Amino acid sequence: MSRPEHKAPPEIFYNDDEARKYTSNSRIQSIQAEMALRALELLNLPENETCFLLDIGCGSGLSGEILDEENHIWVGLDISPSMLQVALDREVEGDLFLQDVGQGIGFRPGTFDGAISISALQWLCNADQQSHNPKSRLNRFFSTLYASLRRGARAIFQFYPENDDQCELIMSVAMRCGFEGGLVVDYPNSKKAKKYYLCLFAGQIPGRQKQQIPQALGEDES
Amino acid sequence: MRLITHNMLQCHAKNCNSNNFPLQLSQVEIVNQETEFNPMFLRNMLPKLEWNALVKTALQINVTLPTVLPESTTDDLDEEFLKTLHGILLETHILQGAMTCPNCNRVYPIKDGIPNMLLNETEA
Ligand SMILES: [Zn+2]
Repeated sequence: MSRPEHKAPPEIFYNDDEARKYTSNSRIQSIQAEMALRALELLNLPENETCFLLDIGCGSGLSGEILDEENHIWVGLDISPSMLQVALDREVEGDLFLQDVGQGIGFRPGTFDGAISISALQWLCNADQQSHNPKSRLNRFFSTLYASLRRGARAIFQFYPENDDQCELIMSVAMRCGFEGGLVVDYPNSKKAKKYYLCLFAGQIPGRQKQQIPQALGEDES
Repeated sequence: MRLITHNMLQCHAKNCNSNNFPLQLSQVEIVNQETEFNPMFLRNMLPKLEWNALVKTALQINVTLPTVLPESTTDDLDEEFLKTLHGILLETHILQGAMTCPNCNRVYPIKDGIPNMLLNETEA
């Protein structure tokens, strides 16, 4: 299977046609919704509380709709104007930004109660321009993300790692930027259902029990 | 973009690290969109707001807020005041316009409600 991020940069790959096809595909819709719900669960937010959340690589708002349904207020960032246009057309509630997160994000310290990202992180590891250095882009991204999160808040990234090296690179940069946490692999023995969630903690919540990496789903099944 | 988000936003150009907030609004077209009143969310967000910046921004769209956030901040703020805040923070959307960084003067355009935060190579 060829990986879309090898074909073209995200803002080119997700042109008007692709953005619409992607968003109206019911299989993609239900997978994205399921992963967004799982990411939200892993965020471990206080129950019945409206939170201020960030959606990194929000695309056409498929994950944002889940945040809307769960009554959260959110800000979505994406590099593809076509995807954002579809999000506008679908009238999602979140505030949308045209942004390349590899250039860093500009929110004041402690802004967000949590961040989710569905199927976007692997795009950040590409070098689409000569000046792109994946490691320094990851570093800029994670360091500015860390600052924008409330102490103890989590960032959950569902992604499709290309190989172990890529996983290690992402984790090591995140840890160097101050994050704690690790990888949760749901249904590790199922070829179809296996999903990777990078669970990062922006430090610990003062006076609370130390945060542990959440339990993966379906570890005993095959 | 809602004003609550604008109050959290600062310039992210590479070497612009101080005095980079709030981004100055200009030539804005705003629109009001009703949304559910959520006093608990507002109370949670109050400590995160930069009040002076919000007062300044509100003035730019002809809304006058008290220059000092009323004392006894979170618990017993009256409903009336929270409703005013709700209208400003969550129901006021910037549809078109520009935001200028007070430090490096970088201009970020806003089109169809979406700020364009893309930097060019020398800025990133
Ligand atoms: Zn600046």
